[in-house]
Amino acid sequence: MSTATERMRTATEGMSTDNDSRRARRPQRLAVSTLLGPFGVLLVAVFVVPTLYAVYLSFFSTSHSGLGFGNARTAFAGLRNYTAVLSDPSFVRGVGITLLYAVVFIPLVLVGALALALLFDSGLIRARQLTQTVLFVPHAVPGIIATVIWLYLYTPGISPVLDALQGIDITVNFLGLTMIVPSLVNIALWSGLGYTAVIFFAALKAIPRELIEAAAMDGAGPVRTALTIKVPLVRSTLSTVAIFTTIGALQLFTEPMLLAKATPLISPRYTPNMYIFDAAFTRNNYGLASAASVLLLIVCCALSFAVTRGSAGSARRKTRVTSSRKARP
Amino acid sequence: MSTSVRTTPPAPTAPAGSSPATGRPPGRPRRTGWYGPAAANLVVGVSALYALLPLLWLLVASAVDSEALFASDFFDPSHFALFDNIGALLAQDDGAYLRWYGNSLLYAVGGAAVGALISTAAGYVFDKFEFTGKRPLFALILISVMVPATVLALPMYLLASDLGLANTVWSVLIPVLFNPFGVYLARMFSASYVPDEVLEAARVDGANELRSFFSVGLRMIAPGYVTIFLFQLTAIWNNFFLPLVMLSDESLYPLSLGLYSWNAAAPINPDYYPLMVIGSLLALLPLVIAFLLLQRYWRSGLTAGSVK
Repeated sequence: MSTATERMRTATEGMSTDNDSRRARRPQRLAVSTLLGPFGVLLVAVFVVPTLYAVYLSFFSTSHSGLGFGNARTAFAGLRNYTAVLSDPSFVRGVGITLLYAVVFIPLVLVGALALALLFDSGLIRARQLTQTVLFVPHAVPGIIATVIWLYLYTPGISPVLDALQGIDITVNFLGLTMIVPSLVNIALWSGLGYTAVIFFAALKAIPRELIEAAAMDGAGPVRTALTIKVPLVRSTLSTVAIFTTIGALQLFTEPMLLAKATPLISPRYTPNMYIFDAAFTRNNYGLASAASVLLLIVCCALSFAVTRGSAGSARRKTRVTSSRKARP
Repeated sequence: MSTSVRTTPPAPTAPAGSSPATGRPPGRPRRTGWYGPAAANLVVGVSALYALLPLLWLLVASAVDSEALFASDFFDPSHFALFDNIGALLAQDDGAYLRWYGNSLLYAVGGAAVGALISTAAGYVFDKFEFTGKRPLFALILISVMVPATVLALPMYLLASDLGLANTVWSVLIPVLFNPFGVYLARMFSASYVPDEVLEAARVDGANELRSFFSVGLRMIAPGYVTIFLFQLTAIWNNFFLPLVMLSDESLYPLSLGLYSWNAAAPINPDYYPLMVIGSLLALLPLVIAFLLLQRYWRSGLTAGSVK
């Protein structure tokens, strides 16, 4: 460290000869703007401006005069795009499918991952590090490839799973009407289960061991300790992960886009995100696409607000401990 | 009960055969019998198989010729065709696969290296400095974590079109630099890795704030940078929606989009199935290897992200 500071000193000689009062403020402001600047530019360019632009577009409709080349006339449409989206049966159906998917997927992944994390935390598991790594690996597999793998495992003629099932006289159509949502859930579960379990396990490890030993001393068995001591203590992590999982589930896109090539059951407007993509790039109806985007945005914000509020009590208790950061001059 | 358990050699505390699967430390008898630990290990073992078997299928399916692939006959050495498959993959569409691979490397490695630096610098500022508007700005960053990327894709495409950037490398590379969750992580890493005393010492030595970030702060926060880099690398390598919206020129496609276009052809022309299988295997290798080699970094990232 001393060599670093030494180098710094020689390098900054002549720059730091301002008088003391200025040195306290000016360089700080320079450092803040230089270090924060690039991120600030990105925040504005790829988040603030596009968000506002999406809201703006959602209030306008573009009508093409003549054959649809050039001369696009943009007219203020008020809330017409919103009413058009909400009264579109294909959008409503997409919302229904996504909700069904979310209602199956979210409890499965959260409860499954929590159970795995509690098992890891119980100290009963052999080769814990290795097993955790194995469970985590699917998360490193790109979503599109995870979908390709499972799609092929669902496809008759190529899937060893279907061959094996056929061998014992069971025929399942994973891409059929009743199995399509479970098939989608399975892909997401495969990708997310281990990852979520590792996050929960990290939170469980942070629980003071005295609390758990005290519970054991009081005669609580491992299951009871897990449910009455450990789970309530990681509630804020649970709710944070729940928000992200829900937001992820509402964005269902990649998996059905790929499966759509293999089954006619998945229409181009199968989920809200696919609806947005279809409206924007197939139908070139930017107003409609933006209105649907803004609706999705509102739902996501409302959800995270609700969940954050719900767990605000436990979150506040935690921040008080961790954010005791030194005040800076 | 935690890590110390694993360092103690598993002492046989129960009669042989009655406790096949316990890693429990000696001298801590539990009221559960042998079936508790056995069931626990069974559940975890089945989950591990669930995670692993599809990948194993991909591995063995990549190594056989198409006849064996469609017959699910993976263990006959006469059908071994791994190198033929790779050759066919690289030859398809005048070497499109290699081009997509190069594009993915450029977008992911370049984007993550620069993006993680931008996020780290921003997180450091949020941790070490006071400035006007700090709290609302950080709140805005947290909100932006929650906003679905797909919501922003259409307006971003329209803006990029107006600027003449749509269907260029930049249209994919610039948006992926933005990583608000990285800023959140960097702020926490900065708080735990960079002691204020060290910066104070640099200040006394006459170093300006900017220089002390690059020569002291950045060096101490380096493990956090690697963590953010790794998460961002994964996100960009997996990115599908943005390139789908932005790119129409096939020679700019990343792997995700390239494989997507081949997938569309597979149900019509079964020759694409073996290509998709070997192409998928090679496309997931870099990330899986990166994760296995850099385990402690993603573990620390998940810990930092979960315990707050």
